[in-house]
Amino acid sequence: MVAFDEMTGSGSDIRPAYAELDRWLKEAPPETLALRRSQAELFFRRIGITFAVYGDEESTERLIPFDIIPRVLTKPEWTKLEAGLRQRVTALNMFLADVYGPKECLKAGIIPPDLVYGNACYQLEMVDFQVPHGIYCHIAGIDVVRVDADTFYVLEDNARTPSGVSYMMENREVMLRLFPELFATHRVAPVDNYPDQLLATLRSVAPRSAPSDPSICLLTPGQFNSAFYEHSFLADKLGVELVEGSDLLVKDDVVYMRTTQGPKRVDVIYRRIDDDFIDPLVFRGDSVLGVPGLIGAYKAGNVTLANAVGTGVADDKAVYSYMPEIVKFFTGEEPILKNVPTWRCREPEANAYVLDNLEKLVVKEVNGSGGYGMLVGPHANKAQIESFRKKLKASPEGFIAQPTLALSTCPTFVASGVAPRHVDLRPYVLSGANGISCVPGGLTRVALKEGSLVVNSSQGGGTKDTWVLDA
Amino acid sequence: MRIRISHSISYAYAEPARHITQILRLTPRDHDGQHVMSWRIEPTVDGRLRAGQDPYGNLIHTFSADGPIATLAIQVSGLIETTDLAGIVRGGIERVPPEVFRRDTLLSAPDEALRNFALETTREARTPLARMHALMDALHEEMTCQEPADRIGIGAAAAFAAREGIAQDLAHVFMACARHLGLPARYVSGYVAESQSLPHASGAHAWAEVHLDDYGWIGFDCANGLCPIDTHVRIASGLDYSDAAPVRGARKGGDGERLSVVVSARQAAGFQANQ
Amino acid sequence: MHNINGGIHPGRNADTPRPATKRPELTMLSRTADSLYWVSRYVERAEYLARILDATTRLTNLPHAYGGAGTEWQSAVSTAGCEEAFAKAYGEANERNVCDFLTFNPDNHSSIRNCLALARSNARAVRTALTSEMWDALNGAWLELQRFEKKRMDREEFARFLEWVKNVSLVFDGSAYRTMLRDDGYWFSRLGVYVERADNTARILDVKYHVLLPANEQVGGSLDYFQWTTVLREVSALTAYHWVYREAVKPLLIADLLILNRRMPRSLASCYENISRFLDALGDAYGRQGPAQRQARKTLANLNNTRIDDIFQHGLHEFISDFITENNRLGGTIIEQYLQ
Repeated sequence: MVAFDEMTGSGSDIRPAYAELDRWLKEAPPETLALRRSQAELFFRRIGITFAVYGDEESTERLIPFDIIPRVLTKPEWTKLEAGLRQRVTALNMFLADVYGPKECLKAGIIPPDLVYGNACYQLEMVDFQVPHGIYCHIAGIDVVRVDADTFYVLEDNARTPSGVSYMMENREVMLRLFPELFATHRVAPVDNYPDQLLATLRSVAPRSAPSDPSICLLTPGQFNSAFYEHSFLADKLGVELVEGSDLLVKDDVVYMRTTQGPKRVDVIYRRIDDDFIDPLVFRGDSVLGVPGLIGAYKAGNVTLANAVGTGVADDKAVYSYMPEIVKFFTGEEPILKNVPTWRCREPEANAYVLDNLEKLVVKEVNGSGGYGMLVGPHANKAQIESFRKKLKASPEGFIAQPTLALSTCPTFVASGVAPRHVDLRPYVLSGANGISCVPGGLTRVALKEGSLVVNSSQGGGTKDTWVLDA
Repeated sequence: MRIRISHSISYAYAEPARHITQILRLTPRDHDGQHVMSWRIEPTVDGRLRAGQDPYGNLIHTFSADGPIATLAIQVSGLIETTDLAGIVRGGIERVPPEVFRRDTLLSAPDEALRNFALETTREARTPLARMHALMDALHEEMTCQEPADRIGIGAAAAFAAREGIAQDLAHVFMACARHLGLPARYVSGYVAESQSLPHASGAHAWAEVHLDDYGWIGFDCANGLCPIDTHVRIASGLDYSDAAPVRGARKGGDGERLSVVVSARQAAGFQANQ
Repeated sequence: MHNINGGIHPGRNADTPRPATKRPELTMLSRTADSLYWVSRYVERAEYLARILDATTRLTNLPHAYGGAGTEWQSAVSTAGCEEAFAKAYGEANERNVCDFLTFNPDNHSSIRNCLALARSNARAVRTALTSEMWDALNGAWLELQRFEKKRMDREEFARFLEWVKNVSLVFDGSAYRTMLRDDGYWFSRLGVYVERADNTARILDVKYHVLLPANEQVGGSLDYFQWTTVLREVSALTAYHWVYREAVKPLLIADLLILNRRMPRSLASCYENISRFLDALGDAYGRQGPAQRQARKTLANLNNTRIDDIFQHGLHEFISDFITENNRLGGTIIEQYLQ
């Protein structure tokens, strides 16, 4: 299986968008490149971008490798992709409003009701509750992969608390510092207005009763969370307080921050805590991260949570396979972005096929994330395949399977020099009462191991700056 | 049967609490098998007590009070008229479709042993109803029901492995099996009046309900080995104990909490009912 | 390389104050203030522990004829305020046990190691409230500490380690002084320094008060000189003493220097001058005075209106015990009023 290469396409000719970059790579002395790479690493260490890896006791703070060769998209490529993202996120929000409201898509048979009702992420607390301004998924991260010059697939919708946007911004910052000459020869669309857009989005969804300058905070699980750096980065860029659950208190259904001057009212919470942990009175009672009474305040309409509670039902991997129908049903349009063909193992014929073809397929746990609980058939050994076969037989409804996609490759610095490595892309889409916005590009993740298709940072993936060339 | 209930839940804190918020699921609703004649909830500390409903339609009260609070008791009392409907729950409020109750939860997730047990004990039974009866009988036989004093639930799989647990655990074990067999099952908290025919429970109790296409929701009380009769008073239901717990609370300060519970559920004499 | 080192700092930085529109009023999360307060306290405590160990080592290295009762190491543990925990972990108070307990022992809540670890983790939780210089000082110290921890240390290396700890405190304190915005965050951080410092100075006096009593002066004669100078060394005041009093070391004057002399930065009076000043700054900025301000002023007035002779007359030990209680109470009041 030969993958599409972002630089050379399917042949050996350099694609126009990469022409300048190719020339530069060939001309730059290797020592200079090596020096820049170590400077980049130093930069990341200095500013403290670290990533805690679960189960890795040795170092709870580790650096995600950064690759200095950017991934380049042309304006027309991005324009089409962005239209697809806007359509997809519009549909996600309409789907959520529907399953927690009139349930038209269930009545019309677009998606089996038990996939929704039986889903642990379908939050009963949200049924018939009107979220402020009707928006559920304010911040979405849509993972897309490219398979040829014209085709992007959506690999996964992240509708809960997608992370990584700080890397998107820091990657650009590093590139601007290290390679000013490249930015002189390329017109790269900026990404540093993301915090402004995010702030505008959050302000736009404040409860109607809130003052015109609503009080906003970012709720983090705390410094031991793997994305804590991002939380503090964003809070700082947004100019809002970074709070932990214990910093908030609820009184008479109103949320306050504990400050040195006493309680201060909060109108919008950008929360980076999962539903299950957000309010111990309603969800997991053993959660010490949450705020007792928060759901009561939310349902009284006194505070906006972004994202809304219960968005997880929309990015469930089993629901994912129905997304083309969902997009069509709610927007009345043909989906611009394709879905990866998916076998739903809950369907006996599909499962039979999957069991017969395990060594060719990628099998994913419906509720898994971060590349855990996943089988990449072509790269798996016998034991791994057999263990998944057992799991699939025991609880088929817990899995989906997809063909092994030839994710596009992008030139990447590795020990042996510059070599193609598989990449994906996570653009961030913001939805507010002020409309939808999406900064050009997103976070490109790269699988640094040769041939590997797993780009997750917890599994040895790295990141690249993503350039959308403006004309 | 007329059942008089009095339930007192008392907290004492070594270090007074600065703030307490509790969600109380301590109020019954009417259905065909039970009618609430009178009911009161009184906290012994001044605070805000607001009535509401949760997504399942359970009646809840949200209680919040500012400290310092050294002791707090929630006093519940009331009188219920019940009818024996052989466990069938009808004429109540159902806000959540039965499909929801197929989900596994933290407390009610089955393990391999439970899955096998569910299949083996119900193999002979021909109808879903018969399967549930077979399951209840088998669990009643297999598991020892412990008195709740000082014990907390340990979850379905652990309780089944130990072959013992409090009524809450038995309900979770039953639900785990029923869900594994493809039937919606839910957790019910309530009271059981003292009775000579029910050796295993009096006072606060818990059991399970299963949704069958032909009957709707039917209760199964593994601790007593029967479907709820007129001794059972239904308070709240949900996906598992945590959705139907009598009290869920959070507090600031208040280290060194000591809890004591006194419950009585007795058949009321005629003259008492008229008072 | 310069373009990197001069890189952006993700923090509220002295160089890049936040636009006024973002913080229209001076207020901060109680937890942030709490962490700033404790970061300073732990760094101050680490330095204090290093000084105790340094001074005790000196004292025990003297020939026996000059030394005290041989209880110097026990006394160091008492001065550090962790007798109970030490007794539980070790039997005998000898050099090895005490040094181990007060420096790297992870089970001792107040070992130098844990003080620096706690300072760093508090700092990490509120990183954007620190300047990058302060963070670098703490983070660098934490990394360096792990290198020290792995080494087998001889006496020389140990002395270098104690010097290094004092230096960490100096660098951190200096960074705070030179880079923090002068707003509530700075004031809480300073309060931590002075509440801790007052406690430390008072503890030394509490443990060593008997060597300062007039009776001892006659009995011990010059032998006590080394005990007295140890007290001064523990608060790095030996040179200061001579500058201030220009006479031989006398217990009464030592007590005066450490308790009442406002020129001496570690004296109780100086600490309370600062505590009161920073609490007043908070009260003014927030437009509200509270019990903490009142309490601090009362203690300060008391220190200003007392003469050292009065203290000795009424009992040095009682005075110090009362002070420690009051100072702890003020710590509690600050927490109650602002930090929770």
